[in-house]
Parts: sequence; C-alpha cells; structure tokens
Amino acid sequence: MDLSFTEEHQQLRELVRRFLDECSDEQAVRAQMDTEEGFDRSVWTRMAEELGLLGLMVPEEQGGTGLGAVELAIVMEEMGRSLLCAPYFSTVVLGGNTLLESGDEALCQEILPKMAQGELFLTLAVEEENGGHDLSDIHCSAEKQGDSFVLNGVKTPVLDGALADVLLVAARTEQGLSLFRVDANAEGMTRKPLPPLDTTRKLARIEFQSTPAELIGREGSAEAVLEHVLDLAAVALSAESTGGAQACLDMAVQYAKERLQFGRPIGSFQAIKHKCADMLVQVESARSASYSAAFSAVQDAAELSVTAAMAKSKSSEAYFFVAAENIQVHGGIGFTWEHPAHLYFKRAKSSEVLLGEPAFHRQKLAALIDL
Amino acid sequence: MSAEITESELRERVRTLLSEIHPDDPSVDSITFRGAQYDHGLAWVHFPEGLGGLGLSRADQAIVADELGSNAKNITNDLAVNAIGIGMGAPTVLTYGTPDMHERFLRPIFTGEEIWCQMFSEPGAGSDVAGLSSRAVRDGDDWIINGQKVWTSLAHHSTYGMLLVRTDPSLPKHDGMSYFVLDMKAPGVDVRPLHQITGEAEFNEVFFNDVRIPHSMMLGHEGQGWRVAITTLMNERVALAGNSSRRGQGDIAKLVETWQTRRHDYGSSASEVAQRALAQDKVLQTYIEAEMLRITHERAKASMTQGVPGPEGSVGKLMSAELNKKIYEVAMDLLGNDALTYEPGYELRRPGDHAMEGDSTLKHAFLRMRAQSIEGGTSEIMRNILAERVLGLPGDVRNDKDVPWVEIPRSG
Ligand SMILES: Cc1cc2nc3c(=O)[nH]c(=O)nc-3n(C[C@H](O)[C@H](O)[C@H](O)COP(=O)(O)OP(=O)(O)OC[C@H]3O[C@@H](n4cnc5c(N)ncnc54)[C@H](O)[C@@H]3O)c2cc1C
Repeated sequence: MDLSFTEEHQQLRELVRRFLDECSDEQAVRAQMDTEEGFDRSVWTRMAEELGLLGLMVPEEQGGTGLGAVELAIVMEEMGRSLLCAPYFSTVVLGGNTLLESGDEALCQEILPKMAQGELFLTLAVEEENGGHDLSDIHCSAEKQGDSFVLNGVKTPVLDGALADVLLVAARTEQGLSLFRVDANAEGMTRKPLPPLDTTRKLARIEFQSTPAELIGREGSAEAVLEHVLDLAAVALSAESTGGAQACLDMAVQYAKERLQFGRPIGSFQAIKHKCADMLVQVESARSASYSAAFSAVQDAAELSVTAAMAKSKSSEAYFFVAAENIQVHGGIGFTWEHPAHLYFKRAKSSEVLLGEPAFHRQKLAALIDL
Repeated sequence: MSAEITESELRERVRTLLSEIHPDDPSVDSITFRGAQYDHGLAWVHFPEGLGGLGLSRADQAIVADELGSNAKNITNDLAVNAIGIGMGAPTVLTYGTPDMHERFLRPIFTGEEIWCQMFSEPGAGSDVAGLSSRAVRDGDDWIINGQKVWTSLAHHSTYGMLLVRTDPSLPKHDGMSYFVLDMKAPGVDVRPLHQITGEAEFNEVFFNDVRIPHSMMLGHEGQGWRVAITTLMNERVALAGNSSRRGQGDIAKLVETWQTRRHDYGSSASEVAQRALAQDKVLQTYIEAEMLRITHERAKASMTQGVPGPEGSVGKLMSAELNKKIYEVAMDLLGNDALTYEPGYELRRPGDHAMEGDSTLKHAFLRMRAQSIEGGTSEIMRNILAERVLGLPGDVRNDKDVPWVEIPRSG
C-alpha cells in the first residue's frame, strides 16, 4: 500500500488548517460549546460555500467534489486538531456515507445536494439503551402499515440528534435489519438533548412511538451498508483523534519549554522529557493507524474492516494517553476550566467510547483475522 | 531512483549477476557469490562504483533485495553474515577511510571473510560512551593501547574491531578521542566470553595489554574519534530499528502462532473463559502495536523518498525495542506452566552451539529481548534523543561539559 500524500492533499490540509485557525480558535470553541445547538451557522455556510467541505464525498453531479476517504481523513484530522464544534461527523460522515452506501438513488438526489450546500443536517441513529455496539444489539422495530412503516423504540446516544433535519434510523422488520428515514417533524418522536461529557459534541436520546418512517433501500439489507458506514466512520474518527493528539503533544512541548521550576525549564527534567517522547511515539502510532486505514479504504477495500478496527482501537487509546499526559505536564493549570487541556481530554475519552470501546474493535479484529 | 539508472535497469543488473553466478548452484558458496555481488556494485548500491556500489540512494537496496529474493533461494542475510561489519563498519570505513583502506576492507566485510566487531563500551562508559578510559599513547609510527572494553559482540569471531580510545585526557571528553581499526589477532588482545542471561555468550570482554597498532590504521584524524564514532552509531540505530514489510511477519508471527495453538487449551469454566478473553486481548493489542511499527516504517520510507523525513523516522528504535520485549512477555503468559522450564539450560555456550526448537525458541527470545532496550542506545537515551532532537526540549543539566576529561567523576 502506498502511504504517501500528494501535493493536492497537502494543499487541502493547508486550506482547512488556515480556515480553522481563523474560525475555530479556542475562543470560538468555548463560545460554541456553551450554546444549545453547539456550532456557528455562519462557519457552517462557509465550510459549504468557500471550502466545499460538506460535499467532499458527494459525487460531482450531486453538487459535491467526489473525493474519498483520504481527503476526508485529512479534513477530520484538522478538525480534531482545532476541536471544531460542528455537526460534521453526524451530517457528512455518518449521514452522507449512509446515503451514498444505501444505493437509494432518489434519496441521494433529494438530500445530498442540500447537505453539500449546508442546508440540511443529518444523523445516523444506531445504538440503543442496552449500550451494545454490535448490529445484533439493535432491537428498535419497524412495522409495515400500508405503504409505509412505523417505528417503535429508543435510540441513544444519537450525535446531534436534536439538530438533525433528517434522521437515518436502523430498525428491524420481519425481513431483518433495515434503514429508515424519519424527518424532524415526524409524529410520535421525542428528542431529548443529553448533557455531554464532551460539550463540543452534542448528543440526544430519541424515542419513537409509532413514528412514521420511510424505508431506505431494500428491506432487510441494512447490515452490509451499516458495517461499511461504521468502518468509514471509525476511520474518520481515528483521523480526528490523531489531530487532537498532535495538538495535545504540541501544547505539552510548548509548555515544557516555557515553564521554569528549580531554575530551569521543566522540559529539562527527564520525568517530563520522557513523557513527551512517549507522547510522540503514541502520536506517530495514531498517525500510522489512521493513515493506513484511510488509504486502505481507497486502495484495498477488502482490507478496510481490518484496518478500521485497528485504527479505532489504536488512535483513540493514543489520543487519550496523550490528552491525559498533557494535563499532567501542565500541573495545576492543566486542571482548570480556563485551560484548554480538559477540552481535549474530554473529547479524547468520548472518542474512545464512541462507536465502540477499543476492546470492542479488537474483538472485531480477532474475528476478521482469526486471532 | 537516480537519474542514470532506472528501477528496471537495476533489476536487469541483478539478473545479469545471477546469469553469471547463481547462489543456488551447489558449487557456488556464499563468499564467492557475495564477492561477485560486490563486484557488480550490488552490495551497497549507495556506495560509489568500484566499492560495492553504484552511487544510487540507500532506499534502492530494497530493489536489489527484492530481485535477488524472487530469483534465488540461497541468499545469505547480511545480519547473519557480518552484522556489525556490514551495517556499521563499512559505512564508517567508507566515510573516513583512505582509498587504500577502502580497497583493503570493504570487499571482505561484505563477503563475510572478515568479521568485524565494535569496541566502544567499557565498564565505566556505556550510555556515556564518550567518557571512555582506554588509552592510546603514540610511539613512533605506532600507538600503544591499554585498557578494557565490554559487551563486545562477536569479538571472538572477529578479524577486525572498530576501536574508540582516548588519546588526550587533558581535553574535554569529546575532543580527546581517536578511532582505529584493530587487528584482533594482535599480541596483547585478550578476548574472554561474558555469560549472559540466556546462558550464551554473544558478547565478550576485551583486554588490551600494550597492544601495538600502526598509525596508518587510524580512521579520521587524531582527536576526531567522536565524529567517526557518530557515523558508526547512526548506522547502528538504522540497523537495529528492524523492518518487516509484510503484515504479521517478524517476531509478531511467533506470538500469533503461539496463540493459535494455545487458544484451544482453555476450558469452559467461567474463570477459563475470562482468562482466555484477557489473554486474547493482550495478543490483539500487541498485534496492533506491531502493525503500527510496520506502518510507521513504511511512512518513514515514503517520506524519505519524498525527501522530507519527519518524526516517523526517529521513533522506530524505541518502538521496536519496547514491542519486542512485550511480544515475548505475552507469549510466556500463553505458555502457562511450560514457561517454567528452560530446556537449553544456562551452561555457558556460544550462540548456535545448541539448536533450539519449539517453545525453547520463545523462552530464549523472551530472555534475549531484554537487551533490545539496552544495546545500541537504551530506551531512556532514545527518549532523550526524541525529546531533545525531535521535539526541541532543552538539554539536561550536565557536569561534564567543557571540563578536561581527567576531572570528570566516573565509575568503573
Ligand atoms: C546484547 C548486547 C550487545 C552489545 N554489543 C555491544 C558491542 O558490540 N559493542 C559495544 O561497544 N557495546 C555493546 N553493547 C553495550 C551497549 O551499547 C551498552 O550496554 C549501552 O549503551 C548501555 O550502557 P551501560 O550498559 O553501561 O548502561 P548505563 O549507561 O550505565 O545505563 C544504566 C541505566 O542508566 C540509564 N541512563 C544512563 N544515562 C542516562 C541518561 N543520560 N538519561 C537517562 N537515563 C540514563 C540507562 O538508560 C540505563 O537504564 C551491547 C549491549 C548488549 C546488551
């Protein structure tokens, strides 16, 4: 597998970084994380119009740029670095990929152009109150009534679940696991925002009581679609984690050079120096994990499940390690609300758990490669 | 690839070599074949023409290895033939040696006719090798050496040794050293085996008792020893960082194999089921670490070819040392009670004296891997280097800067 980035990749990275340095500095993150919606709509519009980030993977004929997992990973890494508050992961990564993978042309035609324009928010609702990450843990039911379906059950936690205009919901029919579309104004749906550990990423609990829903794709065919979408999501999340981890390392190193104790920079103490070296090793491992998964999504699709499982397990653990050590390197100031270290620390733990803890992904890996 | 030779031309040269002399031909021994490989410039393609190379980039050697590997079975491994000579001696001789030395030393290093060892470490100078005490005193056209080296791998097989000694104790430590190529059979050189935790003696202590060495055997100038030694040490880390290009190959394969045999031995009680799950997760974690090391190497290679080496090129030695220790620690746990015995025993022997098979290989490796985070720069030293050179953190407070070597406190 070729793991080299091209000139264009480099340009994309710089473009996104410059934009985020301007729109998602610490002050912006703090302002947005305290709002209910959790993001700045004017920034979202610029992401659509100026940078084309919302239609990154949408085919050109549907108003997107038709790029792939590698470009998405670059964008996610930069977003993770700056802790961007925006419903990007829910709308573009989960929602967009689910539609693209569903093979439902009409629905893609209807929704993707609007998504790419920044006019529509999506999310994917898979997990339920039992807390399982496996598709077999889905019990939400869909019953046929005439030409359409009604949903019953609870989905939680749903990323940006209170915001989404269109929810893509996994539920069981007599034919098996299927995907449904539920619009924001649907009857019998209650959306309750949850108080998030990581306030930069909004969550909701959603209850369906005989809620009308529209079947996406073929009934009973959602398993393969979801497996693939969740692999792609794991890759994107692991890129985000890599970016966050690098930001924490940079912060720790910077502080270790500046902070003086006992008449010398704390970075000259080996206890601190060696922590930083270990953090570097973890950041490079996270990078290896997320890059190889992103490249395999494009170059070697058969490998994706394997590399995605490794990436999710490795990058999220690496991120947590680095985010936690960053607090330690900072001492008391690192424990304060005013310092950004806790924002990354919370994002890191939530990224570790989101879409399945590391051990869950290692179990997936075990099944895939017979370990 | 260089401008003058394309990849396919390089592959063609390998096939030309093989058409003239083939290592799978029973009448061709390793030394003869390797000599021909050297003469074709395919020993170290990044060396100059006429000295075993073609003036290409170091990365192109992989193409030669690949082409040889696809067309011949009996290819001897550089590490097995003359690890220290090929990996460290040759680049040092090339960089600092005279043309006469190039002619004299490089070919027999590559063929393995002359094994080399590295005599840097001393009882009082390991991580701080620049603090060493072995002395060389000038006597006409010769130097006279007295002192002791330790941990000298392969000294008992070696024809030559790379020797770093102090020639001026009144200078600060880095300035007062010189570097020689020592004839290991010279009178006054005494090599004694050191018994190590595996039971073997890979390494030795070497004593020098009024050993005479001609001035012409100095590499670089008098007082330039540290600079020459840096070349050797940098090549050592390249060699020790390890490298396997296919997923699941190398040491991790041993752990996977052990797990795949042993996983069936767990019972169905709650405790056994839990133990199996815990053991499996350790295997999986280790497997992922191994894969990340492999990919980090791949990324380092990719950025080398693009000419922008990043931190991914520097973390390999530390990552692989810590990983290799872990691989066999986990394997030992999988062995259960079988880990309680050590079939080769601890009677002093040289490596290879005792053929090892089955679980013994794992148990031996478990012991041997302890050295990985010590040899070629301890993991602590590697962390210092990563923190200071890659991350730019300030250096430690030091007692040995700008002080004459004789005044520095030392042990040993
Ligand atoms: C199997 C094997 C083969 C070897 N082969 C050779 C050979 O062929 N030729 C040769 O010349 N040498 C060889 N060595 C020696 C090797 O290079 C040294 O052992 C190594 O550099 C460490 O030196 P030391 O043993 O004196 O330990 P010390 O340097 O005394 O270290 C002891 C401990 O102190 C720590 N320490 C020391 N300095 C620092 C510091 N500045 N910051 C933080 N921690 C520090 C170390 O990390 C270590 O944990 C070999 C060693 C082994 C194990």
